[in-house]
Amino acid sequence: MKIIVCIKQVPATSQVEIDPESGTLKRMGAESKTNPYDLFAIESALRIKEMLGGTVTAVTMGPPQAEAMMKDAFSMGVDEGVILSDKKFAGSDVLATSYTLSQGITALGGADIIICGKQTTDGDTAQIGPAIAEHLHIPHAAWVSEITYIDNEKIAVRQDLSEVTQVSEMEYPCLITVDKDIVVPRLPSYRLMKEVKDKKVRYLSFEDMPDKDLSRYGLIGSPTVVERIFPPDKMEEQVYIKGDASEKAKGLYNILKAKKFV
Amino acid sequence: MPYPYSKINEDDINYIKKVTSPDRVWVGEDIKKEFYHDEMPEYGVYPPELYVEAVSTEEVSAIMKHAYERNIPVTARGAGTGLAGGATCKYGGIMLSLMRMNKILGVDKQNLTITTQPGALLTEVADAAAAEGLFYPPDPGERTASIGGTIITNAGGMKAVRYGVTRDYVRCIEAVMPDGSIMNFSSNVVKNTTGFDIKDLIVGSEGVLCIVTELTLKLIMPPKFTETLVMVFDDIKPCIETVPKLLQTPYIPTAIEFLERELLEIVERCLNKPFPVPEGNDCLIVMYDASTKEELEAAQEQAANIALEMGAKDVKICNTPERIGSVWSVRAAILEGMKADSQAQEECDVVVPRAKIAEFVTAAKEIGKKYSIRVIVCGHAGDGNIHTELLRQNLSDEVWETNTKACLKELYAKSKELGGQLSGEHGIGNGRLEYFENFISDRLYKLHKDIKLAFDDKLILNPGKVIEFE
Repeated sequence: MKIIVCIKQVPATSQVEIDPESGTLKRMGAESKTNPYDLFAIESALRIKEMLGGTVTAVTMGPPQAEAMMKDAFSMGVDEGVILSDKKFAGSDVLATSYTLSQGITALGGADIIICGKQTTDGDTAQIGPAIAEHLHIPHAAWVSEITYIDNEKIAVRQDLSEVTQVSEMEYPCLITVDKDIVVPRLPSYRLMKEVKDKKVRYLSFEDMPDKDLSRYGLIGSPTVVERIFPPDKMEEQVYIKGDASEKAKGLYNILKAKKFV
Repeated sequence: MPYPYSKINEDDINYIKKVTSPDRVWVGEDIKKEFYHDEMPEYGVYPPELYVEAVSTEEVSAIMKHAYERNIPVTARGAGTGLAGGATCKYGGIMLSLMRMNKILGVDKQNLTITTQPGALLTEVADAAAAEGLFYPPDPGERTASIGGTIITNAGGMKAVRYGVTRDYVRCIEAVMPDGSIMNFSSNVVKNTTGFDIKDLIVGSEGVLCIVTELTLKLIMPPKFTETLVMVFDDIKPCIETVPKLLQTPYIPTAIEFLERELLEIVERCLNKPFPVPEGNDCLIVMYDASTKEELEAAQEQAANIALEMGAKDVKICNTPERIGSVWSVRAAILEGMKADSQAQEECDVVVPRAKIAEFVTAAKEIGKKYSIRVIVCGHAGDGNIHTELLRQNLSDEVWETNTKACLKELYAKSKELGGQLSGEHGIGNGRLEYFENFISDRLYKLHKDIKLAFDDKLILNPGKVIEFE
């Protein structure tokens, strides 16, 4: 099995800084980490590899700082890391990013299965995965909450969509985006970290892309116009229910009922 | 001796209503049952005769003056989250709640302190400090405890390895004495050799000496970076023996927790919370805080290498909030998991010298076997405060009761033999009263009694806790 996982480096804090000039995310200097959703993708890939054999390659588009993220992925057990990095890729929106990733994957000879996280914690569009599949003309399933069956020919998945749960089966090559909690991501291993200390990350640039039509990449290939980006207001709120045990229970029941949990 | 106490009569009720407010006084059946006990009803359920919620030091003083004259017992109460059966009215009388005295009076950025009334919650105090960019480290895990309760029980918690316990953060205390007089113990100074340090005696006195009505606490600058390592071993011995080695480095761990696979499986099975590290039988969860990234990396490297030298299968790294959360949320669910997995539990809260942890753990397992009790050892390996959980499975009420008592006796004896103490952080209260007198020497027990009498000559404050008079 040749498995590719698409991952992204995101700011380590929820206080995302926006460049007011370009409306894009400021990255320099900020502490960064692997997009938490992508850890579920890496874990799913590693488990498939452990079950069926093969290799897991992590692919990202971004600046060379992404090497730190790749080292982290190596410490989890990922075999290879590839960074698509070129000034020509800068300023990409969802369309250009997904196209660049699909080109990178093609340059790597494709994969049996491509796994992405459901979304990122900075961009939050949840569109990259499905868009890559469309560019590659392969089937895909998004929001996968469980892999119900897998062998060397096909995969069956459960998708938790907003109102229905759908079980789908696909033959390879295909792409899935996985929801959080599909598996518990393993932690990076100190032993592995030491072993892979000198392991090289592979770089692919614009020159390596099969399609060299510049209008498909970077700012030029991005029809999205950003009017304004801002972190959403924090929605978390603590509610204290007062009263004795039965009053508290009743209060809690009413809240759960209003939210349609019961 | 003043036993028996006076029963509360109409005049007492009217007086207390007069010095407080009628809508803050409850009597007899109107008192909610939750005030009959703390988090451990096993350690005693006692109905108060009168329950009053005070809003000021003056009210507390007026109530005490009256109780002192009339010889009525009084038990001060915070959030009721104690684990020793401490805040209960064992001899009836007045339960005096301080939960309405919950104002945080201010953060002093010059002196790096926070002053608060006792009814503010620990989490509120920590948040108020954080809002000013400062850090109040004591964290016994129960964040909804009242700050006064954490002071009067000298709450510990897992971060004690690096930051110490609550006592280390108390600058000064205002308290009401059993006769109603209002006293100040120390002031907002860093050091003090002006007479005995009575403030330190009050911290951890479990409400038997005086009632704390205001306190000033030390704050520190918060750490900028944090990371958690999970060290996995096949065997308990090298796992526990790694602990003292970690403490012999220049980098002080914030917390070192010990967990067995059996416990992790219980949490996964009962609460559907899988631990992110599937391998190994025994593990240490080690947290490091640091001011710089370099310091953190150096600490991580040294600790991980020590663990590997000691025979760890691997060391896993939690370097993001999600990874840290995935490990600590399982640790936090342990008590709940054990409750779900057994019919009853009893906890032994001994603390032993760090060098003796391994010996105690091995002995505890053997003692458990002897009495057919499932003994699970977990907890604060970094400070020797090993929580030894006795779980009831398929034992009759009688056998469970007899065997736990015998088992506890042996565990305490073992702790004493190893140079340990009866309780590391939960206190004596009512639950460990029967074991305390035998644990310490007669002279030391008498000293406890004399100290109690020096504060409370009529023995009206939280009687029957920590020490018992004939």
